[in-house]
Amino acid sequence: MYPIVRKEIFSPTVKLFDIKAPLVAAKAQAGQFFILRADEKGERIPLTIADFDREEGTITAIFQEMGAGTKRLGQLEVGDNILDVVGPLGVPSEIERFDGPVAIVGGGVGIAPIYPIAKALKAAGNEVFAIIGARNKELLFWEEKMASVSSKLIVCTDDGSYGRKGFVTDALKDVYEANSNLNHVWAIGPMPMMRAITNVTRPWGVKTIVSMNPLMMDGTGMCGACRVQVGNETKFACVDGPEFDGHMVDFDLAMKRLSIYKDEEKRALAALEHQHQGGGCGCH
Amino acid sequence: MSLKQRADRQGMPCQDPQVRRHNFQEVALGYTKEQAMEEAGRCLQCKKPKCREGCPVEVLIPDFIQAVADGDFAQAAVLLKEKNALPAICGRVCPQESQCEAKCIVGIKSEPVAIGRLERFVADWEMRQGATLPEQAPRKGKKVAVVGAGPAGLTCAADLAKLGYDVTIFEALHTAGGVLMYGIPEFRLPKDIVEQEIDNLRKLGVEMQFNSVVGKATNVHELLANGYEAVFLGTGAGLPNFMGIPGENLCGVFSANEFLTRTNLMKGYCFPEYQTPVKVGRKVAVLGAGNVAMDAARTALRLGAEEVHIIYRRSEKEMPARAEEIEHAHEEGVQFQLLTSPVEIIGDENGWVKAMKCVRFELGEPDASGRRSPVAIPGSEYIMDIDTVIVSIGTGPNPLATKSVPDLELNRKGNIVADEDGRTSIPGVFAGGDIVTGAATVILAMGAGKKSARAIDEYVMAKTAEKAI
Repeated sequence: MYPIVRKEIFSPTVKLFDIKAPLVAAKAQAGQFFILRADEKGERIPLTIADFDREEGTITAIFQEMGAGTKRLGQLEVGDNILDVVGPLGVPSEIERFDGPVAIVGGGVGIAPIYPIAKALKAAGNEVFAIIGARNKELLFWEEKMASVSSKLIVCTDDGSYGRKGFVTDALKDVYEANSNLNHVWAIGPMPMMRAITNVTRPWGVKTIVSMNPLMMDGTGMCGACRVQVGNETKFACVDGPEFDGHMVDFDLAMKRLSIYKDEEKRALAALEHQHQGGGCGCH
Repeated sequence: MSLKQRADRQGMPCQDPQVRRHNFQEVALGYTKEQAMEEAGRCLQCKKPKCREGCPVEVLIPDFIQAVADGDFAQAAVLLKEKNALPAICGRVCPQESQCEAKCIVGIKSEPVAIGRLERFVADWEMRQGATLPEQAPRKGKKVAVVGAGPAGLTCAADLAKLGYDVTIFEALHTAGGVLMYGIPEFRLPKDIVEQEIDNLRKLGVEMQFNSVVGKATNVHELLANGYEAVFLGTGAGLPNFMGIPGENLCGVFSANEFLTRTNLMKGYCFPEYQTPVKVGRKVAVLGAGNVAMDAARTALRLGAEEVHIIYRRSEKEMPARAEEIEHAHEEGVQFQLLTSPVEIIGDENGWVKAMKCVRFELGEPDASGRRSPVAIPGSEYIMDIDTVIVSIGTGPNPLATKSVPDLELNRKGNIVADEDGRTSIPGVFAGGDIVTGAATVILAMGAGKKSARAIDEYVMAKTAEKAI
């Protein structure tokens, strides 16, 4: 059992858990993820490790309630136990002291996984330009934390309700104009955002790392649900990734693959609603 | 010999095919007491039993069968479990026709004694009575780590526990059983039977740490440094192969592992009460003809597919699945497209599978191995309308554990190099099952686990003796 020791509610749909999982915390590195299963009937949900505290033995996860699984997860409170937590999984980010500044871009809940990467890059002695963005002010979080691990932080919202109005791509263009010696870009967020970033950086020839969040089940290479087309190769995000060279990733395919269980997700949401009204699932 | 011994082999009572293709309950129902005793009476009690040579875990076959014939089922169970920690499982999933039963003398003139069915009968009978534990040696106060709770790891752990070791199993998934839980369907191997057999291991004192990925959260050298005298790697062949044909990443193309794991381990057939969805279309093509392919095809039928086709490059004779699985699949209405192979999966504008281009084969001249290899017939391409493809062409070694042990010798395919008894290139590190042999059967993995347990005991005892000097 893995107890939730802290919960923070950023918005009605974006929440944070600190989960006691000492073995995961002991080995966690930037760029890695873990999988949780809330209860016996729950899905295995992969979440990127947003932060970890080796002394406290905790890992931090930030998630957006989208489907039935994450909605149920969001209902858990401090003191509740998560049945299964497995990790750290995936290959850690390749952190080094780069020749030239690096830019990191976090969009929406992508701000969470980009934080430990920024922190590690800064600790390795890099000049880190950070850009975080969300649709509106309500969906933004961790501005101060991000500021603490970056040399410069640009905050944007699509609707201009906070920070600079506009997309993270525009902010990145400005960073590049002022720093054409940009060595690396990390971008994590919704797939359309990551694709947009890679389209912006491609002509610059700046290596751009993205973190893929495909459908996933076991997280150990066993099921192949997380297949990502990278150049001419099929990669498994769970064991080969989750980070890949964004200029090589087939985002079109990746986005389509995210929709495989769309109909079932709707059914699950409907069943969840129904359950709240006191009905059963009718499956037996 | 009496007439009785030449009596016909007792048939296995089964659910009606038309009924069972719509449910997940077990297909084969098991012998009655009378049937079991009758069948046991067919055994010739050979002085030099060939059947035992055919069994990878050396079950005392004639002995337990004699006890069944005598109606002493409790004694039969004791004899059976002396060599086999998981008899209810083996009785259901072993390819007996190519192992023990293939060697049965009765089988020369008649059908062989139904050893597998008798094994199942005894194990099930014992489970209903409440299983007794095998004898256990006094505790040695020595720890051994077993990585992977599949057939190899479970067997190795059981045998080491019986020898008096303190065994901890490290398992990446949230439950024990490996392929017995995620791969083999409920209708062929009920999960409560797997759970009961695993419970027996717990009663022997075996500890299980779930959600523990060796290679990530810990690794082999850490385990050795943390007081484990030896480590057994039974991490299996967990990495699904794909064909490498165009369209393989389209929506609607699944590995058999994914399709079966969603259904079996995550209980996708009970969606949305169980929250993991599983999808099956109307027209399903399963690529491959092994046991896993049959499991996938029959599962697809049960999930509501209208048509399910097994697509296989060779002919019926070469199909690697157990005879019984092929027969059951036929009976349930699975269609077989033999001497056929896909060359391309075709998608619609939304990225979903809509068809598959196949090519027909014929059997050519026998190759060096004596097998007639299939040769594509030029111009025989045709299009099959399908909406789901399940790829079941085998699995490769899971690299997570081995990657974290750079000094461990692997072969070109990534399998661990180990001798007959599981010794690897690192002293104290043993390996067995699919991670060594490549994807094979449950019983071969169990056999490897058993041999490794013996070798581990020798190794630890020798090391202890050395220290004492």
